[in-house]
Amino acid sequence: MNLQNFIENFSAEFDETPKEMFEAKTNFKSLDEWNSLTALSIISMIDENYEKTITGADLRNHITIEDLFNYVKSL
Amino acid sequence: MINPFSLEGKIILITGASSGIGRGIAIECSKMGATIIINGRNKQRLGETMALLIGNNHRIIEADLSQQSEIEKLVQAIPQIDGCVFCAGIPQVCPVKHFKRENIEDIFSVNTIAPIMMTSELAKRKKITKGASLVFIESISGIYVGTPGDVSYNASKAALNGFVKGAASEFALQGIRINAVNPGLVPTNILNLSNAIFAEEHHTNIMLNRYPLKRFGKPEDIAYGVIYLLSDASSWVTGTNLVIDGGYLLN
Repeated sequence: MNLQNFIENFSAEFDETPKEMFEAKTNFKSLDEWNSLTALSIISMIDENYEKTITGADLRNHITIEDLFNYVKSL
Repeated sequence: MINPFSLEGKIILITGASSGIGRGIAIECSKMGATIIINGRNKQRLGETMALLIGNNHRIIEADLSQQSEIEKLVQAIPQIDGCVFCAGIPQVCPVKHFKRENIEDIFSVNTIAPIMMTSELAKRKKITKGASLVFIESISGIYVGTPGDVSYNASKAALNGFVKGAASEFALQGIRINAVNPGLVPTNILNLSNAIFAEEHHTNIMLNRYPLKRFGKPEDIAYGVIYLLSDASSWVTGTNLVIDGGYLLN
């Protein structure tokens, strides 16, 4: 899995936030559109695309998209 | 003293009795004098429930109700019953756009098709006594409120509610009553499963404020409503929904 592709998949789960807002260093929980449902969408996206299971706690424990990418990659 | 809520002399089958609301219902029904047949998939946890029941002659029957053959096996193994409480259920947390057909089939299989086919089998094998009461544990979700992320669960319970209405009118001819109980949030294992995915605060701080009585439900809160619906106290009640939700729907 590569970071650029992960960022694209991550951004695809959002409907309102412009694509250019999503970068490796983006603090995803600070996005206006971040809520329990987008969190759930990210969990589902990771399950579907990478066949890895993460939890709400994992999302809370990682700040940037890159942090989360590295975590998912390590699983 | 005559107690119209007594379950003395009644044989009650309870599915999903190995934990949570089902276990609580089994315990409280045994305190009201019923002879209980508990069903679930986990032998050890069913044994734990059994140890908590008051009185004698209760039975354990293991069966996975998502399998038609297991439903048939269970129904063949039981005597005629005076009541049945359908508690077996699973949660599913997934946004609609990520639905997969097999996951939707799974949740409907356990939450909807199993209790429907079990009712059918009980009727076919003449295992329901005249005057018996069947109680389906649903939820406020799907019937009274919608919850984002829980949509497949909502749909499975709403479909079950449709069955309750139709079956209540069909079985009324035989004096068999069919009702639903719609609990608000009762923290049990089913909730722990969704908590593992959803942020914890979603179910605690935010959710607690939505309950006017300022607490979540306990299994016995639900059990007392079920006892009413199983007992002769409700002998003129069929096809209804009993909401037990700490006032959630007042919002």
